[in-house]
Amino acid sequence: MKKGRIKVMLGNEACAEAAILAGCRFYGGYPITPATEILENLSRKLPLVDGLCLQFEDEIAALVAVVGASWGGTKAMTATSGPGFCLMQEAIGLAVAEEAPCVIVNVMRGGPCSGQSTSTAQGDLYQARYGSNGDYSLICLCPSDAQEMFDYTIKAFNLAERFRIPVIILSDEVVGHIREKVVIPDAKDITLVERKAPTCPKDKLVVFKPEANDVPLMPGFNMGYRVPVISQAKSLNGNRGNAKDADDNIRRIVRKVEDHMDEFAEVKVYGDAKAETAFVTFGSVCRSARSAVDLAKEKGLAIRSVEVKTVWPFPDKLVSEALAGAKRIVVAEMNLGMLQREVQRVVRRPEIEIELFSKIGGIYPQPQEFLRFLEEKR
Amino acid sequence: MNPIGEKYLRKDFLPMIFCPGCGDGMIVQALAHAVDELGVRDELTLTAGIGCSAWIAVYTHADVLKVLHGRAIPAAIGLKATRPSRKVVTITGDGDCLAIGGNHLLHACRRNIDLTVLMVNNQIYAMTGGQVAPSTPFNAKTQTTPYGNVEKKLDGCKVAIAAGATHVSRWTTAHPKQLIKALKTAINHKGFSYLEVVSQCPVQTGRYLLGSGSPEFNLKWIKDHCVKQEDPSKWAEVEAQGNIPIGDFLKLEQPEFMEEVAKMNQRVKEAQAKGGDR
Repeated sequence: MKKGRIKVMLGNEACAEAAILAGCRFYGGYPITPATEILENLSRKLPLVDGLCLQFEDEIAALVAVVGASWGGTKAMTATSGPGFCLMQEAIGLAVAEEAPCVIVNVMRGGPCSGQSTSTAQGDLYQARYGSNGDYSLICLCPSDAQEMFDYTIKAFNLAERFRIPVIILSDEVVGHIREKVVIPDAKDITLVERKAPTCPKDKLVVFKPEANDVPLMPGFNMGYRVPVISQAKSLNGNRGNAKDADDNIRRIVRKVEDHMDEFAEVKVYGDAKAETAFVTFGSVCRSARSAVDLAKEKGLAIRSVEVKTVWPFPDKLVSEALAGAKRIVVAEMNLGMLQREVQRVVRRPEIEIELFSKIGGIYPQPQEFLRFLEEKR
Repeated sequence: MNPIGEKYLRKDFLPMIFCPGCGDGMIVQALAHAVDELGVRDELTLTAGIGCSAWIAVYTHADVLKVLHGRAIPAAIGLKATRPSRKVVTITGDGDCLAIGGNHLLHACRRNIDLTVLMVNNQIYAMTGGQVAPSTPFNAKTQTTPYGNVEKKLDGCKVAIAAGATHVSRWTTAHPKQLIKALKTAINHKGFSYLEVVSQCPVQTGRYLLGSGSPEFNLKWIKDHCVKQEDPSKWAEVEAQGNIPIGDFLKLEQPEFMEEVAKMNQRVKEAQAKGGDR
């Protein structure tokens, strides 16, 4: 049982509460349903801790300012939903290329385009991974309840600082707007990670030369290092590089994340881990799948529900292990089969069809529907 | 090397990418002189976007954040917000600042946040090869207006004044002394400073707009066509002659954004300590 103060709060409020405890002192935002409560909450909380919450003219400015604040030496974040997330894509690439730790929350709503502002969806799964141009890697966490909105916000800041990347919290309208119990630990019980600063003489720093773990040390601005941080493919000293420099740079910023997945990858299994029937879910759909597992159990049917918590980089090994021995695999999600394609890629057993239980249009799947799917499809 | 160059150039990044005769090198020099004379080097922070002028920041030996096209001002706000003692100078161009980044200019002016925006105006998209910009004159032929520009140009100084900037100047690369002085005033000004520098681009502007790719010709064009007129009510007369008004146009003392934020935070914390209503 977790220890701490118990509060009933919105998923979005839990995110804002955790951001303050994680040390976030700059928030750049723009109002958008269903993420606005994060902006509203931080505009109340940040002044109390000498932080700044600024509502920008658009989401592009919001995320670029977050990158500026990050290089300024501060933990910084933004939150948005689909259309705003579209506007942020170029700046996500900026945070990746300039190795600026930051946190981006996307509380998903229906798409494409303006879609359904007040309805839930999970259609931004690929956008969270592949939305910006070029090759890159980042970490994407998917909370299923208000408690995980809290926990993953802390985790997101820690991973951002550890890897010097943007970390995306891919939430959805159900998780953002659910009001439920959240356990808030004492600040002293929360482990925080901070970026590592260089200690070498000021004129000796090679600004993008990595440490053994492929992450370079990060000097704050105005510490005397006078660093050049450009958005182009760069050589180790920060200047525009040649083909080899670019190749080295791109491979390193991918490797620094993907070679260390053991540090953060998380897949949970609910129900009977040996059951022949398995659901695979992420985000809010995990909740309904859990109820379906419980309902099935009452009827004497064993089901396991595999919950992918860190969707990017996709945890191939953990998902494969969690699905070992399953005879029937149903991917349940609120899009037309994005997670399904990842599971198809990972589970290479020709005798098994990876089935899709898909709900779109803003309707959240009910537990009974999972069971009906199992019966009707058979 | 000249002692100012020795001190302020990022020597391991040389040679510069600028074309022969470009005004950007002159602006690197003016910025170095201004910073040196003010003695604010340790607090100097530069941001830039995309375009030739963005490299002015990179060649300056300071902490530099070069970001997306048009987004140098938001990056500057993030840096200023996290340490208000920083002297943040944003280097931008006419396309970067008035086209793709125009929205950010408007709102930074309105906020009166203590930044200096140094906008290098060469009247064209130069790095991409001479396309029409918001600052390109009516009728001008460029690579994307081969039959003449049918749009009116946008005047950055007028925009800045209308949007609430509290310090607005325009000088040129043909006025190096005045430029250094204006830069010093702008950096020292407590509030949002918009300083435009009309600069020569012999390769694109010179060849396509003005009829000669010679640097001397282009610098002389600036000298002949930029006319000191600090009274905005008389700008129409200058413009009617096909000329550009230059000078120090506006200096107002108004509440600065980060100071107001600090006051608000103090007020809110005191109220909270008393347990009262904020």
